[in-house]
Amino acid sequence: MEAGTITPAGERSSALHRSPAARLPDRALKWGLTALSLGVIVLIAYFFIRLIVESEPVFQQVGVVNYLFSADWVPSKELYGALPLLAGTLITSAIALLLGIPVAVATALFITELAPRRIRGPLTVVVDLLAAVPSVVYGLWGFFFLIPKLKPAEQWLADTFSFVPFVGGTVTGPNYFVAGLILAIMILPIASAISREVISTVPPEHKEAALALGATRWETIRMAVLPYARGGIAGGAMLGLGRAIGETIAVTLVIGNAPVIGDSIFQQGYTLAAVIANEFGEAASNELHRAALIGAGLVLFVLTLGVNGVARAFVVRAERGRRPAGMAA
Amino acid sequence: MSSVAFAPVSARRRRTDKLARASVALLTGVALVPLALILYYLVKQGIGAISLDFFTTDPTGSFLGDPGGIKSAILGTVLMVGLAAAVAVPVGVGVAVWLVEFGRASKLAHAVRYFIDVMTGVPSIVFGLFVYITLVIGGAGGSSFAAWKGSTALALLMLPIVTRSAEVVLLLVPDALREAAYALGAPRWKVVFRVVLPTALPGIVTGVLLAVARAAGETAPLLFTAAAVNATAFNYNDSMNSLPMLIFKNVGQAQDRLVTIAWGAALTLVAMILMLTLLARLIQRRSRLS
Repeated sequence: MEAGTITPAGERSSALHRSPAARLPDRALKWGLTALSLGVIVLIAYFFIRLIVESEPVFQQVGVVNYLFSADWVPSKELYGALPLLAGTLITSAIALLLGIPVAVATALFITELAPRRIRGPLTVVVDLLAAVPSVVYGLWGFFFLIPKLKPAEQWLADTFSFVPFVGGTVTGPNYFVAGLILAIMILPIASAISREVISTVPPEHKEAALALGATRWETIRMAVLPYARGGIAGGAMLGLGRAIGETIAVTLVIGNAPVIGDSIFQQGYTLAAVIANEFGEAASNELHRAALIGAGLVLFVLTLGVNGVARAFVVRAERGRRPAGMAA
Repeated sequence: MSSVAFAPVSARRRRTDKLARASVALLTGVALVPLALILYYLVKQGIGAISLDFFTTDPTGSFLGDPGGIKSAILGTVLMVGLAAAVAVPVGVGVAVWLVEFGRASKLAHAVRYFIDVMTGVPSIVFGLFVYITLVIGGAGGSSFAAWKGSTALALLMLPIVTRSAEVVLLLVPDALREAAYALGAPRWKVVFRVVLPTALPGIVTGVLLAVARAAGETAPLLFTAAAVNATAFNYNDSMNSLPMLIFKNVGQAQDRLVTIAWGAALTLVAMILMLTLLARLIQRRSRLS
């Protein structure tokens, strides 16, 4: 060893020589942090397994297919068909996307492309503030303001557009539409932030080329900005969807919590997350009921996992397209 | 001369352009309406509840009599989120340091990033459910509902936020700084603790504050982990009140005075969260990185 070093043997040890004792903190740090990081993986895996194990009784009793596709959720009769909950989750999330994404993209376009430079920063802050409002406050506001104030407008909509499927009929106070609207507001900041991020990476050359060819501002957006940002916007929308699917408290307060599939979007329903929040108190003593609710949590977990996986793929692909080296043209 | 090359934009195209730009601006305006309405109603309905007594007395639980204040809820939120942060911040920053300084592009680092992403997407109620399954049913620590179990659920929620934001900032620390420290003979741990972390500190603090703001507003993870009580509790092994739980409980009450308390508590909570968020932005702006 000593023969290979530059410093002659016997002289004071150089910085390149560190005694095993001095290296100990480095090793401890490295392996400690590695263990911590491994811990995260183990935790999530354990988490998933426990959800499956704890919900197993209900799947054994009613069967997986029956649990997912039978429409009767009557805990008092030991009937656990989660279809109304699943439908409610999907319906409210769909409404949230339909209402929220166009607004989110428009906001992002306005901030990055059209707004005067001075107001861009403040506008970004204001849109982001929507994310700072807690779920329960959205619920409180929805319950006492949105439901009563919106009902006449909803009835008018239902009467005027009764020929559209799932729209006509009587309007109940709490309903899918109000829940979807609140979710739309809640996913707006994340969808807008991601769209903004992607739109701001559109190469200026593309926009300049369009403008130089005589395109108007809108034509530039339509032909140069949006096609480039499409993947990222889709990813943002999917991340919003993931949020909407798992949102609990706000929805619980405005959806009516009736385990039925309403005939129209203006009728009461229930969602997977809301049923967990509401029925957990009474389920504590009933093992099957508890398993059914944990099953709802498992379905929720798998749904968000899938949706976020797709979202990530979109965003990653959009980011890869961004790199100059990867650009074909 | 030049007018030969440029045909004027046709009236139809000009109209489309104006109309489209106006719609985009209009939709942006629409996006701001809910925030304005929510803040307006919060202040209008909540300000009436607010007084010194409101912050210094516990809720009484009395339906017809004096409903009391929200002291226990404020303290409970601070205590539970504090404990959650005390766990989530070291772990979250530790994982981020590992990812940037040690894991880098290894297979294990990819796996860890993937699982952190998964955690980000998990709905908060599912975290509550997990803590319920593992800690509440089994009666860990000799209690069923307990504040520390609520904190555990909140910590799980905060962990991915802290890790992701810390990782982004740590990546921004210039390699030249690290190399300079190594060249001076500093061991790795010293480089991490004396060079990398201090440089990234403002960004890390921003991420932590945002995670704290997020956790403070969460109701779902506390529903069946910490539950809610009226009295002020300082023991982490007991149930503890919190602002979101108090609001959630009072919304369902058909009693105007309890609803007023809910609005007052909501105003307090939003004010707390907005302050944290603004502070986070301020620190971010001051940071030398980013």
